[in-house]
This record gives sequence, structure tokens and C-alpha cells, in this order.
Amino acid sequence: MVTLDAKIPDGPIADKWDNHKFSVKLVNPANKRKFEVIVVGTGLAGASAAASLAELGYNVKVFTFHDSPRRAHSIAAQGGINAAKNYRNDGDSVHRLFYDTVKGGDYRSREANVHRLAQVSVDIIDQCVAQGVPFAREYGGLLANRSFGGAQVSRTFYARGQTGQQLLLGAYQALAAQIAAGKVTLYNRSDVLDIVTKDGEACGIVTRDMLTGEVHGHSAHAVVLATGGYGNVYYLSTNAMASNVTAAWRAHRKGALFANPCYTQIHPTCIPAADEFQSKLTLMSESLRNDGRIWVPRALDEARGAGDIPEEERYYYLEEKYPSFGNLVPRDVASRNAKTVVDEGRGVGPLKNGVYLDFAAAIERDGVEAVKERYGNLFDMYERITGEDTYSTPMRIYPATHYTMGGLWVDYNLMTTVPGLYALGEANFSDHGANRLGASALMQGLADGYFVLPYTIGDYLAPKLGDSPVPTDDPVFTESVSTITDKTRQWTEKKGTHGVEHYHRELGKIVWEYCGMARNETGLQKALSEIPALREEFRKNVKVLGSPDGINTMLEKVNRVDDFMEFAELKVRDALHRRESCGGHFREESQTPEGEALRDDENFAYVGAWEWNGPDQEQTLHKEDLEFETVKLTQRSYK
Amino acid sequence: MSKMLNLKLKIWRQDGPHTQGAFLDVDAHDIPEDASFLEMLDVVNERLIADDVEPITFGHDCREGICGTCGVMINGQAHGPEKATATCQLHMRKFNDGDEIVIEPWQAAAFPVLKDLMVDRRAFDRIIEAGGYISAPTGTPQDANATLIPKEVADSSMDAAACIGCGACVAACPNSAAQLFTSAKLNHLNVLPQGQSERWKRTEAMVETMEDYFGSCTNHGECHEACPKEISLDFIAFMNRDYVKAKIKNRSLASQQ
Repeated sequence: MVTLDAKIPDGPIADKWDNHKFSVKLVNPANKRKFEVIVVGTGLAGASAAASLAELGYNVKVFTFHDSPRRAHSIAAQGGINAAKNYRNDGDSVHRLFYDTVKGGDYRSREANVHRLAQVSVDIIDQCVAQGVPFAREYGGLLANRSFGGAQVSRTFYARGQTGQQLLLGAYQALAAQIAAGKVTLYNRSDVLDIVTKDGEACGIVTRDMLTGEVHGHSAHAVVLATGGYGNVYYLSTNAMASNVTAAWRAHRKGALFANPCYTQIHPTCIPAADEFQSKLTLMSESLRNDGRIWVPRALDEARGAGDIPEEERYYYLEEKYPSFGNLVPRDVASRNAKTVVDEGRGVGPLKNGVYLDFAAAIERDGVEAVKERYGNLFDMYERITGEDTYSTPMRIYPATHYTMGGLWVDYNLMTTVPGLYALGEANFSDHGANRLGASALMQGLADGYFVLPYTIGDYLAPKLGDSPVPTDDPVFTESVSTITDKTRQWTEKKGTHGVEHYHRELGKIVWEYCGMARNETGLQKALSEIPALREEFRKNVKVLGSPDGINTMLEKVNRVDDFMEFAELKVRDALHRRESCGGHFREESQTPEGEALRDDENFAYVGAWEWNGPDQEQTLHKEDLEFETVKLTQRSYK
Repeated sequence: MSKMLNLKLKIWRQDGPHTQGAFLDVDAHDIPEDASFLEMLDVVNERLIADDVEPITFGHDCREGICGTCGVMINGQAHGPEKATATCQLHMRKFNDGDEIVIEPWQAAAFPVLKDLMVDRRAFDRIIEAGGYISAPTGTPQDANATLIPKEVADSSMDAAACIGCGACVAACPNSAAQLFTSAKLNHLNVLPQGQSERWKRTEAMVETMEDYFGSCTNHGECHEACPKEISLDFIAFMNRDYVKAKIKNRSLASQQ
């Protein structure tokens, strides 16, 4: 029987982290070299954790399925990173960032974790500047800031539209220094296919070498997963093609509880799909909503082009419905309203699957040059993808899956319910509640990796001084290696009808339709019957060509889709059980008279964490009640 | 619906680094012009799978032009005909109905072919490991605003740091030289105040590691033409200047630096 103990330290909210750092056990500097730690994933969380642990003296093995650690998907983050520096003298503080994050998360995150995140945010900026991250600067040489995602203070640091890239390169370079120093061993092009436990504790992983196909066990005193989110369950998302849930899911199958899988953030400004062959969606920066006006034709099934529709026949639905926030309403509100008008038959573009984001008014007001200065690079990117010129015709946008707030359940130490197994960054659930604020993903990944795990992991390792890692010839490893090897071979023996893309696309359609921007009981029930049927057909009929003994991209993907097929069902079940709307989870049955998300704090102010019971069994729900001692619960309103 | 193209593709197929490769001729009909180049390859692959032929292996991930995983030679040009555009951001409307398109992997001794269009670029990581970092162990360093960095310096650093490490510069170079990649990282770090302590050591180590793997630069400038991020050739000049200085400084007494 699992009991959820979040291990939240005692004391006032502002002192919890300091008290905790003092009370955790330490590993003596000379003894750190006697410990081995495995880190899976080299995005912001994984690379920063691996580098920091190695700097402390631990021996680290780091795994990535990419050719180089620098290619992890953190690299694609555009906007920026929040920190409570208050450099702009505009009233920001640790407490305000904490408060905004709890409120923005629609009161479904853990207060103590969020406060710690806000506290260490300031250290992250110092650390990154010391590493040489070229943040934007003012002419006087001080760091520049901007306001982002509707925040009322300017606390976002940025490096052009490539903040994620620059932060990741900083962490990658710190990692490279440790690789050169021999403190980190890098295993690139390695797919993690199992988490190995012995006597209930994590002792290693099993990987498939993606070049040779060999399956190996790797052991350590502790295992850290920093493997990102599950957004690709939708097939089309802004995630990279290879982003997947496999390592987290296989940890779940080994006893790690999976929390809040129904929470998904849908980003309102992405380029709509062009055809059936669309492989992924591209995000256009949210900053475009500062000057663009969003509209659709008032008439259903409008056939005229944007330029031929007169002003009075245009429906500026956000401006009409939300006069004070207008086009700058939060991400979830903007997304849902776009869905509503498209579902009504007011969609624009060849497939009627988008809404207009129009810059004509901004161009008339400020001139082409000013608009070009602000958004020129984004307009160029849009033109490369669609062949359309935003200066003369409105951009077309539509929401797409972007970030996942749910993930492996972790306690205050970032340890999952499997002792010795940690989850960092987007792979855990802890800080964003039901909705993530803009520019907070980078902050959380780096907070976990640079400033939280390096302190908390010692508490688990200290009592293990003198213990050797479980040898890889132990039956727990050899059995897993042979199971994975057999399973891999079985896939390649399937000579079915469709390739793996087909099944992934079909799964995505179900999850997007019934568990996307708006969910209801009937639809979710439907998804619960369709997903297992699709999974069964997939397992029987998928066609995998080529050999398991070498590079085989179909085989890599089939493993990932197999896990998405199981994960999707849990996600839908979680969405079904949560009969309230909160943040990125909108249940049509639970809305205010104005159509806003309506929380049910009485019954749902908890983290829903699911326990695996075996392949054909329903998971068991465990609840971690959320207590709000510092922030008062209120209903969000953007009227 | 978007306009459809019919194309004649010649795609390089090769089982591994030590096997002989050959072109596969593919008649790619009905390719939507709104598809990206990689989506065109996806379509080709789905059709190959339907015919029980193993799909073509190519590197790709973010498909937003930032991760640097993708990249192929398209009619002899690294990343194809569109300027400042990675292969994933190139769209089929840049081609005409009936075109023949030759698709090959990066070709350089330092980038052995792993399979089909996928190459091994680990030599780039070795260059970074040689010194492409600022030693600043995680802790709580001084406040981020304690050192002023003029905007022009931060901008120049960022211009260089924008490199995505795709390897197009090496593939486009007749000598398979990696000067553009290496100099971009050096300029990123060497112009910043934080990068000064290790500047000369870094420069010598990175340049010499680069020379262990790659050819020599003869100022063709093809690297810049192919670069999806338009990294400037000026950085190579800065690198050469710093390398000469480094050779002297690293050999003199530390007290004279």
C-alpha cells in the first residue's frame, strides 16, 4: 500500500527551504566520489543536475537518445525565464512570484515547492550569467527584462527569441567540462527502456544502444529521470518528434505514481495544420498577441478572403467577450475560445481550422517599420512555413499542445514513490499546478537541476555509504535485459498492415478530440472504449521493418507509441475522474455562467496520483490533499 | 487543398559506416507544396513501408530549425536552396513540379555516415569538451548585474552563440573544415568579461582539437552561405587572431599575461 508523504518541512513558508537544507543529511566531500548516480535526459533539468552533481564529486552517468546532449527539446523554448530579481523596481519579490505561480496554476500546486522555486529563481540568473549565457542587455550594460504572458511585473530574462537554446547551451557546456574532467560518462543515442529496482529501491536502468541494438544494464546508487513531458500523446504538438513518455511510464510500471496526467497546456498561438501529412506544429511567440487582433468572420462558412470581409462582418470575439483583457486573456481562455468559434464553423484558411491574428491595425498605428522591428523574425518564420506574408494578410493561428503539467509524483525532495528514483523538470508534476505561467518552464527545469536535487539527493545517499551498486549481473538486471531484448525482437517480427505513424496519428486524434481543450463525460467515456481497441489493433497489426540489431527508427518509435497507448488511457481516466475545471483541464460540466473554468475546491483540491496495478488492471487513485496556508483561493476572472 | 508536386528523387542509402552506399530512385508523386522537406521524406517513407521497404533513416527532432539534428545535402547544397534555413524549415513550395532532387548525407571524414542520411557528429562535442565553456561550478556566484556588459558585447556574443551545431558549415566546405563552428563558440565566450580567465587556454585547446578531426580553412566562405543561422565569417578572423595570441601567451610566464 502506497502512502503519499510529501515531506513538506515545518515552519513558515519562507523558512521551509532553509530549514530543510539544514536538516537533510550530508555526504562528506571525500565520500561523494564513492557514489554513482544515473541521470536520464540532458535538457535543462538533466544537464544542470548531471553537471552540478559531478561538480560536487559524485560519479555521474548521463543518458540521452540524441546524438549530442545539446539537442534536447529545452533548446526550442523561445520566450524567457522568470526570476524574482526585482531589477525593474516594479514591486516584484519572491513572495509575488510565488503567489502568481500558485494562482496561475489555478491552486492545484504544492505551496512549499512553488515557494522554493521562487526563492532559487534569483540564483539561476546569477549562475547562468556566470556561465556566459548572453542574456539581453540594456545600453548601460545591465540585464534587460520584459513582461511576459500577462504578468504585471517585468521579471522575464531573455536571449532574443532563443532563451531555451542559450540556457541549454550553458548547462550543456557545464556538462561538457565535467565529461572532459572524467566525472561524467556520457551515453548518447541510448534509449532507456526499463527502470530496475531491487528490494523496492531504484538501482539502475536498462538501455538499448540505438546504433548497435544491444541491450545493456547500468547500475547506480540512485536514478534521476529528467525526461520531459508527454505532449506527443496528441501526435501533433509543439514538442520535438522524439519527445516521449517512455522512461517516465516505465518508472510508473515499476511503482512510481503518476500524478495529474490530465493537465496539459494548450498554447493558443500555433500555426494550424496544413494537411494530413503534418508532422508537428510550430509555436508562434505569445508576444504576437500584444499587437495582433484576433478575429473570425461573423458568417458561417465564409468563402471570401480576409481582405474582402468588411469590418462590421468581423467577429473580434476576445475583445467583445473580455473587454478589459481583450486579446491578452490567459492561454487557456484564448485557446478555448478559438476552439469554440472554429467548432461553430467560423474557422479560416483552406481547412477552416484557424483564426486570424491581424496586424493591420498595428501597422496603421505604428507603421510597418515598427511592427517589423518587433515581430519581423516571427513573420519571416511564418512566411517560410506557410508561404504567406503577414504584412499584407492576417496570420492564421490555432491552439496546440505545448507543455504538460502532470508527471511523476515527487515529494519535496523530488523523489518519486520509488526510493532512490527522482524526477526533475517537466517529467515531474510539482510546481505548475493545473496551468503553467509563461517563462516558468525554464525556471523550474534549472531550479530542480542546479539548486534542488544536488541538496536533496544527499539525504538518500548518505546512509548508503559503503554499499556497492547492485552489480549488472544480478538477476534484476539480467532478467530485465532479456525481457527487453525479447520484446524488441518481437516487434520486428510483426509484419502487419500499417506503420507506426498511422497508429500514433490515430491515437492523437482520439486524445485531441475527447481529452483536448474541452472535455466532457460522454466524450471521455468514448475515448476510454476507443483507446484500448486501438492499442490492441496496434499490438497485433503494426508493421516494423528492418533488424533489431542496428539503427532502426521504426523500432525506436514503436516502443514509444506502445507506451503512449497505455498512458493515454490513464490520462483520460484522470480527466474523467476530475469533475471540475481547473487551469488546462476544462470540463464542460463545470463552468461559470460566463463560460469560465469553475473549480470545485471542496472536492478536488488534491493531487491525483495513480498507482500501476498490472497491464490489464485499472490504476488505483491516491490523493495528496493540497493545503493553502499562505495563498487564499479565489476564482480567476478576466472580464 | 495545397498544390501537389511530382518529383524525381535520388536518395542516398547506406547501411553503415563501412558499407558501400548507392542512390535509390524514387518517383515521389502528389507531394503537397505546403509540406516541409522532412514531411516530404515522411511521405516517401510511409509509401516505402507500404511496399515493405525499410524507410530511409535521417536525423531530425524539433523541426523548428533550432535543435540542429537535421541536415542533408539537397542538390549539392547543405540544407538546400533557401538561405538561412535548416532542412526542416525548407518547404516544398521552393521546388517545381517535375524537379529532380538529389538527397545525400553530410560528407566529411569527421562525420562518418551511420545509416542512409544520418551522420555521426560527435567530433563537435569533443571540440566543446576541449574548452567551450566557462568554469563556473554551480553555487551562488555574484549578482548577475554586478558586472556590466555593454549591449554591443552581449549582442556580438549572442550572434555567435546562435550556432545550432548542425554541421552544415563542415558539409559545405571543400576542405571539411570546422572553423565556423569553432570560432562561433570562441567568440561567444571570448568577448564576455566572464570568459577572460580561460580565454587563451580555451582558444588553443579548441583550435587544436578541431584540427585533430577536421580540415583546414582556405577562406572559401561556403560555410557562411550554408549556415542556417548566418554565423559571420568575421568570427573566424577573431579566432585566428586569438589563436596566435594564445600561442604566445600560453608559452610565456603566467606573470606576463
